[in-house]
Amino acid sequence: MAAAVEFDRVTCTFAGTGGPYTAVKEVTLAIGEGEFVSVVGPTGCGKSTLLNVAAGLLRPTGGAVRIFGAPLAGINRKAGYMFQSEALMPWRNCLANVTAGLEFRGVPADEAKRQAQAWLERVGLAGFGDRYPHQLSGGMRKRTSLAQMLILDPPILLMDEPFSALDIQTRQLMENELLELWSANRKSVIFITHDLEEAIALSDRVVVLSAGPATHPIGEFAIDLPRPRDVAEIRLTPRFIALHDRIWHSMKEEVLKGYAQTKNRVVA
Amino acid sequence: MRRRLFAWQLLMLVAIFGVWQLLTQPGLVPPIVWENPDRAAFFFGEPIRIFKVIWAWFTEGAIYQHLWVTLQETALAFVIGAALGLAAGLWLGLSPTAAALLDPYVTAMNAMPRVVLAPIFMVWFGLGIWSKVALGVTLVFFIVFFNVYQGVKEVSPVVLNNTLMLGANRRQLLRHVYLPSATSWVFSSLHTSVGMALVGAVVGEYLGSARGVGYLIQQAEGAFDINTVFAGILVLTAFALVLDFAVAQAEKRLLVWRPGQSETEQL
Repeated sequence: MAAAVEFDRVTCTFAGTGGPYTAVKEVTLAIGEGEFVSVVGPTGCGKSTLLNVAAGLLRPTGGAVRIFGAPLAGINRKAGYMFQSEALMPWRNCLANVTAGLEFRGVPADEAKRQAQAWLERVGLAGFGDRYPHQLSGGMRKRTSLAQMLILDPPILLMDEPFSALDIQTRQLMENELLELWSANRKSVIFITHDLEEAIALSDRVVVLSAGPATHPIGEFAIDLPRPRDVAEIRLTPRFIALHDRIWHSMKEEVLKGYAQTKNRVVA
Repeated sequence: MRRRLFAWQLLMLVAIFGVWQLLTQPGLVPPIVWENPDRAAFFFGEPIRIFKVIWAWFTEGAIYQHLWVTLQETALAFVIGAALGLAAGLWLGLSPTAAALLDPYVTAMNAMPRVVLAPIFMVWFGLGIWSKVALGVTLVFFIVFFNVYQGVKEVSPVVLNNTLMLGANRRQLLRHVYLPSATSWVFSSLHTSVGMALVGAVVGEYLGSARGVGYLIQQAEGAFDINTVFAGILVLTAFALVLDFAVAQAEKRLLVWRPGQSETEQL
């Protein structure tokens, strides 16, 4: 069976002010159907670039992306994307933001509204449908984004550090909710994060990227922790700590490299 | 607290008119500056007479047709100017080639003092309301145009990408992202553009017309009737205040989704 998302020697080069900049180089990676894969790497290593390629928002300079075996052209219609920063339409209230995708697909308004109400209930926002994004807290906005994405039932979820702006308690709550929703209806997930603990707690597999430029995977680790998991509790188990140790060792050098680069960039 | 402030503001208004009256009433102040005791009243008018003129206008009803004409011109200038500005702003904002091509022309037209176009509009559209509407449109258009143009360029790329990922096609993107975003910029410039529409209407009337508050002022000035000129100015000011209040109400209703100053984080 074809993988849900398959990167085949994907390279992305941008024309920068100081000459061309290769963000991602020769990345080959496959995400199976129903698999939860986290991609970790030092800051500024091109993790988001990879996700934008999978979403079809960015065309790779070299290589190819295949979605369920078919080469990707244009926007990836099989994927939902959850962004790191605010992505809700500020002029639509919570409910209208959730119905947006169905509306674009021509679903009748009352049917879309009915489904959106159900989704708002599922993410714990029943009764908040008439609020505008600026009237919601950060966590509530993320829940709205989650509902907005999941209502379309995409087989692939692309998540770009979706919870990084939240405080740690809200974040763990959201992570557990995500796992619960995911286990009820297994989708293929690419979860980008710079937080190794979050990556291990959520995933079936963790992919470690090298520091940029020319980022590429340098290690893959299967996470054999039992499910269902509680992200707060699982962090304390010996198996988790052992995995964390192993992956951290392989990452450390790259993180330091990335750190040095950012520091030099600031100085220069 | 608010009531007390209002009382003080009212008192100040009364005081201003009181002093004005004292300084201009013939014979009340010894003729130091003016050798003729009537001279001050001739130049600056007398508040009591001004209010008599206004009172006569409103009780005899002569003012209503003039106000109605000015209101029509202002409203038409605003609606037409805003619609054209919105369309042009969206078009140039979304088409970099057209924007690059037209850039010097837009700059030149904006830099031109457009009041000089009034005589041309008189020739084209006659002395009726349309020459005033045309002048107002040229003033409103550029305010709205620049705001929309900026608004389109500053649409959040994340919101744009998110909407794309939710399956919006190009037309839906225009309707559900660019248009609401641009409209919000139109509304944020609403006070300025409605004010400009009024300026266009009044200046147009002043330069040549048969009706309107600007026409009243121009007529009175021709007859050296300074009291009526001031009466016209006061009526116009009140009219502008009413318009501004109406705009503020409309804004409040239409921009509920905007984070306000008073209610940032309610939850």
